[in-house]
Amino acid sequence: MGKVLALKGLSKRFGSVLANDDIDLDLNKGEVLALLGENGSGKTTLMNMLFGHYLPDAGSIDVANSDGSLQPLILGQPQISLTNGIGMVHQHFTLAENLNALDNITLGTERLFSLHRNTHEARLKLTKIMEDTGLQAPLDISVGKLSVGERQRIEILKALYRDVRILVLDEPTAVLTPQEADALFENINAMARNGLSVIFISHKLREVLSFSQRIVVLRQGKKVGELITSETNESEIAQLMVGGGVKSTQREACDPGVAILNLKDISIRGSSNRDSLSDLSLQVHKHEILGIAGVSGNGQTVLANLIAGLHTPENGSISVDGKDIEKPTPQKMIRSGVGRIPEDRHHEGIIGTMNLADNLIIEQLDDPKVQNYGILKRSEIIDEATERCKEYDVRGPGVQAEARLFSGGNIQKMILARVFEQNPKLILANQPTRGLDMGASAEVRRRLLKARTDGAAVVLISEDLDEVLALSDRILVMHDGKLTAAETRDRAHIGLLMAGTAA
Amino acid sequence: MRIEPRQNLSKTLLIAVPILSSIAALLLAAIPISFAGANVLQAYQEMFIGVFGSVFSISEMLTRATPLIFTGLAAALAFRARLWNIGAEGQLYLGALLSVVVGTGYFDLPPLLLMPMIILCGAMAGAAGMAVPTLLKVRFGADEVVTTLLLNFVILIFIQMMLEGALKDPMGLGWPQSSPIVEEAMLPQLLPRMRVHSGLIIAVFCAVIVHFMLSRTVWGFRVRAVGENSVAAGYAGIPVNRSLFMVAIFSGALAGLAGVSEVAGLKGYLTADLSPGFGYTGIVVAMLAGLSPLGVVLAALFIASVFVGADSMSRAMGVSSYLADLVVALSLLSVLIGGFVTRFRVVWSQKHSEGGK
Repeated sequence: MGKVLALKGLSKRFGSVLANDDIDLDLNKGEVLALLGENGSGKTTLMNMLFGHYLPDAGSIDVANSDGSLQPLILGQPQISLTNGIGMVHQHFTLAENLNALDNITLGTERLFSLHRNTHEARLKLTKIMEDTGLQAPLDISVGKLSVGERQRIEILKALYRDVRILVLDEPTAVLTPQEADALFENINAMARNGLSVIFISHKLREVLSFSQRIVVLRQGKKVGELITSETNESEIAQLMVGGGVKSTQREACDPGVAILNLKDISIRGSSNRDSLSDLSLQVHKHEILGIAGVSGNGQTVLANLIAGLHTPENGSISVDGKDIEKPTPQKMIRSGVGRIPEDRHHEGIIGTMNLADNLIIEQLDDPKVQNYGILKRSEIIDEATERCKEYDVRGPGVQAEARLFSGGNIQKMILARVFEQNPKLILANQPTRGLDMGASAEVRRRLLKARTDGAAVVLISEDLDEVLALSDRILVMHDGKLTAAETRDRAHIGLLMAGTAA
Repeated sequence: MRIEPRQNLSKTLLIAVPILSSIAALLLAAIPISFAGANVLQAYQEMFIGVFGSVFSISEMLTRATPLIFTGLAAALAFRARLWNIGAEGQLYLGALLSVVVGTGYFDLPPLLLMPMIILCGAMAGAAGMAVPTLLKVRFGADEVVTTLLLNFVILIFIQMMLEGALKDPMGLGWPQSSPIVEEAMLPQLLPRMRVHSGLIIAVFCAVIVHFMLSRTVWGFRVRAVGENSVAAGYAGIPVNRSLFMVAIFSGALAGLAGVSEVAGLKGYLTADLSPGFGYTGIVVAMLAGLSPLGVVLAALFIASVFVGADSMSRAMGVSSYLADLVVALSLLSVLIGGFVTRFRVVWSQKHSEGGK
């Protein structure tokens, strides 16, 4: 097994943040290496330097040429990384939806001014790759009509078509069901046996342990450990990842009370099944966290928007705390005691160019606490915001600074402050910990559990199955716009429901 | 190459950039002036005297600034809510039209009531002129840039039709102009024998009001929220469409007041060439002011100075009056580029932001 890649002393700084600090990393031919770390630990930055998206501040990269001897790589140029056999599959796909798979794959490999396209040869080459690796994807259907799993396979085929010898996958399973993820890793292992070297980025311990040969752990931009997968275990890796003990979330037993949210026979027709709901009924009770698991993009957004007051159902009724809500609007929902934690906190949750204090009061502009005859009480608003920030541990450049200058975790804590200060009877938490580091995630989960103990009803929508399992009193699985109750807390059972294949 | 907003604006930059861009404008404008065969230094001296040389010239400058403050405010307020009102020109004419309809004696009102009536009706006409495109935007998704821009021409042709027809002054010797509005209903002059009139006071008062509304009231909070991020504003329960509609009404009303002030403060009657593009220049004023209502007053004064100064320079030096337009255009470009440089910086590199390619 020869070395195909050696990163030496790579460092990258963004402003005041040291995203990568003196990182060394080797990769052997035919090896599957897992790059593990929390969100924000610097995994993606490191791989972006390898692929030439970022120029490192210090360090060098050696990569094997086709003869297998290591040569220094010219940094900061994706084209050069690509011609040296390095391919990257991004977490967010970069496919043109209106083109078919074949066109997407060959895009950019053909000469711009040539009049003839040799699709036949491309097709032959792709068929061979598909046979060798077991990655099957329809080549002639426009990508927009394909599932996420198929799209991901096309992304990987796109890299393989360019004869990569090193393949980097950024969070390849983020949008896949457990079963799809397993199939993907089997393909990856097959490719590795054929001599491809693979680095995959992940923060899921389970898949890292099952499918890699070696694990490199990053924490706060530093390499904190390098482990042989067969010689380690989950708790050792977790220790390395978070540095110090992992606190598991403690859930006190609570008897559910009366129903707070009652959705009855709700129908919303969207452009496809995934943004429609049909005859959906749902109850959430006092002292209860209802977890909604599922691969994202299966109707969770419509359901969340419905509870947030952004959709009017065509059929059915919504009631909150026993009161029917006709023609829901965000304002009516807020007034009925619904606290909403939005899915996309930067886009829906805050107004980035307004200051933090303004963002804190945006849902309660009618409250005499913030205004008098329509005139804002500025000093009261700022005092109140300062106090809330202390209480909810929101750190950053101060309450009069623009909200966009705060980090994702602090923005989420600000949103928590906004939601919890109004003592909501019902809390909608849509992907509440997505993209947060472990500290902020733990805080979000603690607050949700505390709200439940204090008597709130919580709807938790999350694609992180571990989170749903850890927090929920009851679990429903969403697939293709429909909800199914999970009978057991067994991962495999829930996984099948997520894929829509269980009876 | 890409352009990104500056994180921290340094104080020196904030002061240095406007000064540097003014100097750049003067240097650039020196080229065509010397081509025209004039002495550059003398030309600039004439320009300065033309604006600040006498009480009269200052009065002329303030007269020119008055409608620009109104239209600048109209644009600034609308743009703060991301409502692209390009129709201030048309709304100005609607305000002017209603001023002469109400003010030329069709309504028999005591003069004391007539003046506020003119102001109110002119503002309402402008408001209606902006309310219609906004309604189309909110209900049918019609792009307000297109509708407001095109309405300008529709309104101007309508004005011409009225001036040839129903509103034509019988004593006007056949000119397409309206009857003059009654003497008592005119806005009072501020200085004897000078053209500057109390429309200026109203304009500055409006700027203060708009500033207060935007920065201190719940209404202004909603407008800013809708403008900065309408998705988050809607999510937080702010009625987005209603806020846009309110902004449209106030923006249109301000543009309408520009027309009222030109007719009832300055000309006394309506012609189809009442405004040399005050509505469009108002957009420049608003951009120059960074959409700040108080900044609009300063920006309007600056642009009016350049206009008046360049005009009197071209008269005094005997060079083509087109040169005046050129000086104006160069000054505006320099200041706008300067403002852009203050707020953004250009990064030359191969680096890409995350996930981008």
